[in-house]
Amino acid sequence: MLTWTIYISFIGAAAIALLPSSRPQMARILALLAAAAGLALGLLGMVQHAPGEDISTLTKLDWIPNLGISFYFAADGISLVLVLLTGIAAVCGILFSWNIEHRAKEFFAFYLALIGGVYGVFLSFDLFLLFVFYEIAIIPKYFLIAIWGSTNREYGAMKLALYSFIGSAMVLVGLIATYVVAGANTFDLLELAKFPFPETFQYWAFPLVFVGFAILAGLWPFHTWAPTGHVAAPTAASMLLAGVVMKLGAYGALRVAMTLFPLGLDAWRNVIAVLAVIGIVYGALVALVQKDFKFVIGYSSVSHMGFVLLGMMTLSQIGLSGAVLQMFSHGIIASLLFAVVGRMVYDRAHTRELSALEGMRLSKALPFAAVTFVIGSVASMGLPGFSGFIAELQVIVGAWQTFPLLAIFAGVGIVIGIAYSLRVLMKSFFGEPAEAGSNLSSSGNKTGDAGDSIPPITIPEKIGAAILIGTTVAVGLYPRLLLDVIMPSLNSPLMQPLWKGGQP
Amino acid sequence: MSFNYVEILKLVIPEAIVVITALAVLAFNFVAKGSAERISAALSCLGCVLAIIWISIAPKHGNLLDGMLVVDPLTQFMKQVLLGLTSFTAIISIQTRFTQHIGEYFALLLLASAGMMFLVSSENLLMIFVSLELISLSLYVMVAFKKECVQSAEAALKYFLFGGMSAAFTLFGLSLIYGLSGEINLSAIAAKLNGQTADPLFLVALVMTLIGFGFKIAAVPFHLWAPDAYQGAPTPTASFIAAGSKVASFFILAKILLLGFSGAEGSGAWRNFSSGWIPVIATMAALSMVLGNLAAISQSSVKRLLAYSAIAHGGYALVAITANHPNAVGSLLYYVITYAVTVLGAFAVVAVVEHNAGGDQLSDFAGLSQRAPLLSACMMVFMLSLAGIPPLSGFFGKFYVFADALRYGARDLGLLWLVILAIGTSAISLYYYLQVLKQVYVAKSSATGPLDIAMPVQAAIVILALAVVILGCLPNLLVGKLLALIELGLL
Repeated sequence: MLTWTIYISFIGAAAIALLPSSRPQMARILALLAAAAGLALGLLGMVQHAPGEDISTLTKLDWIPNLGISFYFAADGISLVLVLLTGIAAVCGILFSWNIEHRAKEFFAFYLALIGGVYGVFLSFDLFLLFVFYEIAIIPKYFLIAIWGSTNREYGAMKLALYSFIGSAMVLVGLIATYVVAGANTFDLLELAKFPFPETFQYWAFPLVFVGFAILAGLWPFHTWAPTGHVAAPTAASMLLAGVVMKLGAYGALRVAMTLFPLGLDAWRNVIAVLAVIGIVYGALVALVQKDFKFVIGYSSVSHMGFVLLGMMTLSQIGLSGAVLQMFSHGIIASLLFAVVGRMVYDRAHTRELSALEGMRLSKALPFAAVTFVIGSVASMGLPGFSGFIAELQVIVGAWQTFPLLAIFAGVGIVIGIAYSLRVLMKSFFGEPAEAGSNLSSSGNKTGDAGDSIPPITIPEKIGAAILIGTTVAVGLYPRLLLDVIMPSLNSPLMQPLWKGGQP
Repeated sequence: MSFNYVEILKLVIPEAIVVITALAVLAFNFVAKGSAERISAALSCLGCVLAIIWISIAPKHGNLLDGMLVVDPLTQFMKQVLLGLTSFTAIISIQTRFTQHIGEYFALLLLASAGMMFLVSSENLLMIFVSLELISLSLYVMVAFKKECVQSAEAALKYFLFGGMSAAFTLFGLSLIYGLSGEINLSAIAAKLNGQTADPLFLVALVMTLIGFGFKIAAVPFHLWAPDAYQGAPTPTASFIAAGSKVASFFILAKILLLGFSGAEGSGAWRNFSSGWIPVIATMAALSMVLGNLAAISQSSVKRLLAYSAIAHGGYALVAITANHPNAVGSLLYYVITYAVTVLGAFAVVAVVEHNAGGDQLSDFAGLSQRAPLLSACMMVFMLSLAGIPPLSGFFGKFYVFADALRYGARDLGLLWLVILAIGTSAISLYYYLQVLKQVYVAKSSATGPLDIAMPVQAAIVILALAVVILGCLPNLLVGKLLALIELGLL
């Protein structure tokens, strides 16, 4: 059933593309239906997943038998969590783009195609198939940003597409080499994971494949696509980019690079852990000085994704489960923040300059947005009760056992995270007009009586925000909802090489 | 040696059908009044289809006159592919009004494809050279067909001069080989030459032959004619050079190298070069991929862009030849056939845009998606396939080629350097393909209203796009067939 998430998304994309362009409302509804169906299937898959079960095969059909490529879809706890995340982000993204009028039909067609590719990556257990979906996801991103984006959109879109494509080219080299070296005529991940690749091969194949994937996860210093891409993207696309697409990279790095090349991982582990921590601290510091509201969230994503990579490098149960949980948590929180910035604020105020927003008293004009953003920021800071807390705590505890010094720096990153969240919160929503009397003269902004000219928050936005907030609170209060699913899959046959350090 | 003319005639019936069609088109144009593009194109297609049908209902096999005419399942299949490409070229020619003498154009098109059919079914140096000349001479004239346009004449002259020179190189190389071995049949040459491959004279012969073919397939550093010829030629001609001529040339190049020069391959493995044809081909491949992709980035004319992209794709295809394995020939053929289908479609879209906007600059494509959604969707398929995005056929072509180069090429991933270079440059290529798509989908157009597209052209483009998608999603359809045919025939 779970594979239908992929089919429904692509069928939905095709159906919307065939609609007459005079019917934007129909396109919206169709897109929402397809995304909701995906979410429902994801939830169903989660419920049906027997406790303690590791990998459940969904479909296995031959595709290109002479190369040993098959349609092998399966799910373990990690994929289930990420499929659920994709479903939530997809539905909310559509709710937050309800107001798109310009070429609406094409927008939702590209959007669903992207979602379909993402589902495909999370559910593929055939390396080749995974790669195919990984590349399918690149192209819709480009068009979503280049056509419907804002600031510097063509630059941001091209940068994102090229970074992704170069990353996937690195993966492709590794993939073909892996296939040839294994010589088993199969791309089945479970089979490949059993193969002891020669040590010298792993030394160069691991960084190649890992970095190839991790480019998309915002690994410092290859993260620069992320802020520009997020900022340029339309709201729904930034939600997906930060919420889901960055996880594609982390997922691929975990699922492919780490499980296939444990010896290479061993050799490069410290380097990558250091890069991850640099990403955490650097992203947070840069976020602290941004003038554009959306750039703050963009850099904060780099910082938060650093925790995912650090958690993966700990190679401990607690660190890895923290990393997966952080993927989910950051997906939800970043979607929420981007929704506030891109849809609730920018579409109404038409500016994202913090200095301009400071004079608008948005907390009065848009109380709902203000409350949502406060909750989002608090969750993003990692306060207890929200999903971010438990995830980052696990990562740091895991890191403390392996890299004590790095764990301290990661802790510093969290503190800076609190600083930039509070700063942006104060400036964006709770700013005081510079001089209370001279509202009209202040650069033509419709300040002061902004309440009249700013349209109120619409119902779809409220529903979307409620879903996202509900999810982060639910996971924050009762993390076992997800951890019970994640933990068994960390001990699945696929992950065994990790714990054994490459010894058969 | 005695032979039976009736036997020969029986084997060349498909070729005969094509030649007779060419004459019929010419004759029809003597009597026809006014514009006769559609009927001429229909006649040409009819001839091709008849020949395709004849091949499939009357499968013949034979090897006549010392390999002058080799008719086996693989060559028959290649002929069908070439005929198919020719008929699509004929269809997309109907809308471009570049000449008054449309009959001659179609006749030359058919003659060129007859040349290609002879080319693919020969394993004999003389016959190979004669067929190559038949193709080239027809193509020179086809490039010059836009008589009122200076660029067309310039392109044709350039093409002719380079082509003539390449023919001289080829002939010189082939004559040296004959001098060394005393044979003109490829397998016999390999048998005779075995053991004396380090002979300097042989190396000269080898390099001369490869230079000649390098011109033919526009591999760097013998590519200089290609951008001008593609840009100046009438668009359908350019598409035919990029599609049909490439398929035939690569097929025969692989045959010459794998059959005729087997035993003289050398090695192109990293830090382990040894003289032979593999290092030469590997160098040409590397240069073509790098230069083709980099030069394409800065083009503003889409036809020129496609020309540089064709050079780059020639490089990828050469990678398959370096693998030096019959199975890799299957990958090579899959690659060039799907490339031909894709590039034919892309040129067809360019032709439509040229017809409507009067030029092939990138800006002429602006806002195409709002004016012609179906055409734009097809263009997206073609461009993304050229860039190598799965699940389109361009991706699988590259994948097969690279995997084979690593599998069969040399021990211990010796050709990894070439594969890394290929994949790296193909990542660059996405940039310029996206530039085209950016114009189509993102840029706003000044003109509005639907485009003027002839129905058959539109249908042909959609069929080509579907072929790219289907051959991509189910690559086994074609690869499986090719591998089976190769097992029956070649080597």
